[in-house]
Amino acid sequence: MTHAASSPLSGAPPLDEPETCFHCGLPVPGGAHYPVEMDGEPRPTCCAGCQAVAEAILASGLGDYYRHRTDPGPTGRAVVPEELEQLAVYDDERLQSRFVEMDGEHLREAALILEGITCAACIWLNERHVNGLPGVLEFRVNYSNHRARLRWDNRLIRLSDVLKAIADIGYVAHPYDPNRQQQVADRERRLFLRRIALAGLGTMQVMMFAVALYVGEATGIEPAYERFFQWVSLLVATPVVLYSAQPFFRGAWVDLSHRRLGMDVPVALAIGVAYVASAWATITGTGEVYFDSVSMFTLFLLTGRFLEMGARHRAAQAGEDLVRLAPNMARRVEAAGETMVPVTEVAPGDRLRVRPGESVPTDGRVVEGRSAVDESLLTGESMPLAKSAGDRRVGGTVNVESPLLMEVTEVGEETVLAAILRLLDRAQAQKPRLARIADRVAAWFVAAILLVAGLTYTWWHLHAPLDAFWITLSVLVVTCPCALSLATPAALTAGTGRLAAEGLLATRGHALEVLSKATRVVFDKTGTLTAGHLEVVEVEMLRDSWTAPAALAVAGALEQASEHPIGRALRRAAEERSAAREVVARSGEGVTGIVDGVAYRLGSPAFAGGAEAPGIATPHARATRVTLSDAGGPIAAFTLADGLRDGARNAVVRLREMGLEVSLFSGDGDGVVAAVAADLGIADHRARMLPQDKLAAVAALQAQGEVVLMVGDGVNDAPVLAGADVSLAMGKASAIAQTHADLVLFNDHLPHIAAGIATARRTLAIVRQNLGWALLYNVVALPLAVAGHVQPWMAAIGMSASSLLVVLNALRLRAPRSAARSPAPAAPAAGPEPS
Amino acid sequence: MEVIYYLVPVALVILVIAVGIFFWAVKSGQYDDMEGPAHRILMDDEELPPAESPESDRDRPQP
Repeated sequence: MTHAASSPLSGAPPLDEPETCFHCGLPVPGGAHYPVEMDGEPRPTCCAGCQAVAEAILASGLGDYYRHRTDPGPTGRAVVPEELEQLAVYDDERLQSRFVEMDGEHLREAALILEGITCAACIWLNERHVNGLPGVLEFRVNYSNHRARLRWDNRLIRLSDVLKAIADIGYVAHPYDPNRQQQVADRERRLFLRRIALAGLGTMQVMMFAVALYVGEATGIEPAYERFFQWVSLLVATPVVLYSAQPFFRGAWVDLSHRRLGMDVPVALAIGVAYVASAWATITGTGEVYFDSVSMFTLFLLTGRFLEMGARHRAAQAGEDLVRLAPNMARRVEAAGETMVPVTEVAPGDRLRVRPGESVPTDGRVVEGRSAVDESLLTGESMPLAKSAGDRRVGGTVNVESPLLMEVTEVGEETVLAAILRLLDRAQAQKPRLARIADRVAAWFVAAILLVAGLTYTWWHLHAPLDAFWITLSVLVVTCPCALSLATPAALTAGTGRLAAEGLLATRGHALEVLSKATRVVFDKTGTLTAGHLEVVEVEMLRDSWTAPAALAVAGALEQASEHPIGRALRRAAEERSAAREVVARSGEGVTGIVDGVAYRLGSPAFAGGAEAPGIATPHARATRVTLSDAGGPIAAFTLADGLRDGARNAVVRLREMGLEVSLFSGDGDGVVAAVAADLGIADHRARMLPQDKLAAVAALQAQGEVVLMVGDGVNDAPVLAGADVSLAMGKASAIAQTHADLVLFNDHLPHIAAGIATARRTLAIVRQNLGWALLYNVVALPLAVAGHVQPWMAAIGMSASSLLVVLNALRLRAPRSAARSPAPAAPAAGPEPS
Repeated sequence: MEVIYYLVPVALVILVIAVGIFFWAVKSGQYDDMEGPAHRILMDDEELPPAESPESDRDRPQP
């Protein structure tokens, strides 16, 4: 819920002329004034973040970016100094040894993952900007996978400076270890390309010779020429079989050595037998040659495998993007002062300083200070909890208000977070696996083919021993498993692409198939169905001479430096902002300050005074109220609550319409969960669930035969995300939730879940059509082949046509090109709430 | 039709050369980014303020 939509406030800005942000394309909130100047004209931006980014871009002479881009840039965020300080971690030599290649003494090279790339102009912008930095030798971005290679001179510039420079223009870059996956993937890809090239060129040649042979057979070719063409075909087909078709022979060998029948077995059998028989025919000068079929087989099947590999690599990359190399750092207080140390070096008894906005490195006890702590990611609790000396703090929670000094009590395996991780590992090991449809079909299809081929050979051996071998061979070729093995990868590749256009990134190969079978969707509450942070939902005026915008402006000014969720919510809600002086924050109570010469108090009714009087029971369970007052008494009371996300209601309605059950499992208190569930019409809701409770509840549903899609965001959701049949993490979810989810919803737009399930179902329907077609083709062709009526050229044409049909059918899934390019900006506009 | 005995081997030699060139292209990384170059060519490298390019050159380390 954005504040513009939620506020039933008076004086909302007129909506007749919505200005959009020059940089990110989002609407500019009324009253926001952050202009940048380009070509001598002022352009509006929506926030200080975008303004800073746009100014940085224009100042470095890269305004062309705005002329060439096809999609708006990522919304700029005001970069927090602490975050920049964290980047300095990457300068650490020990850490760099994990991902930096040294070239001589000073030259270094690293691979970076770039986030926020939306179009080609982003690449240009990043390359120009970074290459312009002194000390950067080369910076090149790969548009396909959003990876970059950076070479720099360590005497002139440090890695963290480059990362900061990228942050200045609104992108996020972080190093990754290319040895882990990228190099393996690159090598596999290049090998595949070589195999396909050889198969393709070889096939073209062999087909030309085959045409000569076919035509020659019809018109009477001289035997000498026929032999010549056969020999040349053998010469060209041999490298194709030995080099290009290798993966199939290997796969078949692996399958057979595991005593199972996979798709590779009939493929290898058909290619192998057809090649050996054709070679035999060429050498002895008797019988048919099938070199063209052999080569074409290899080419088509390799193409299918290549598609499949592409989808698999993209999924792996998406998973890798989520893994950060940087260890969590802690600020240890020592006799000499504060030093940053990796969390792994922290021992029980150490004292750590945790600043506002930082997460708590490990479990411990507060020694000094008072602050509010956001535990929502760990527990699902939507409101920050007040902590003071003596209270326990759990690693992974976020300090929101003021600095705390804590003493470490547990580290490593002893912490609450580690316990959740262990639960997660167990859940992952026990995750139910649905057999993949292609594998199931393959097993019995292969068995049937081998049986039919065996019977054919036996029967013909008894009746016409000379023809038996050739007819059996034509059975193997004509039952081409080509269409069958292209059927699934082609459809899954197209379907995954379509999902990505909808903002859903699949990080596991099986996600699409299982998603289509889901019978129940289980939502987490905080951060998933709700925004996960407080919003001003109501403003109650207690003095007639004031208007709501004016009161919000004063409140926003008083909270201008606050990191507390209440302060941020008030700041977001304030459409105009005044300047405040002498702001003093009192932890757990509120703030005082002077705005336009008048002293105000803002905080809990007890602190700001007098607002209890006209207290109206708010409809929002667990809402918070803060009061603004001056010397003359209370002025306004603000009600804040964790609002529902845009589209949450729409998403639930659509999922129901699609025949799915919807549940809500939350770690938050009963009242809030019940209120949210009632608001969305979810009957099955459970509150106060610990991570293990969620996992057990989902396992119970699975035991009843349900296929569960879990949607969550927090650390506490990670085990259940790993344990559910298929899982989805929100785009702003904790890293651990994202790495253990099968899908990530990058634009956080909930109705896209329903769209994604629809796409998954359509994909599986296409897979079934394709498999059906392949089987039908076989049913028709097989009896003809068994009866001995199929010529080699007929087999070749039938095979190509059915493969082509299967691929074209899969392409129907593809999203329109424009939609594939800009999923994010379309999201906020779509899916109005049915209210 | 004896000419076919010369033409087909010539075709095969060309085939080997084509495969060789393609293998080299793959090896040198030309197929690593299938999308970027298509967009990159549309971007102008001009219209930079004159201040920037000499600066970045000056600060490059001397070989």
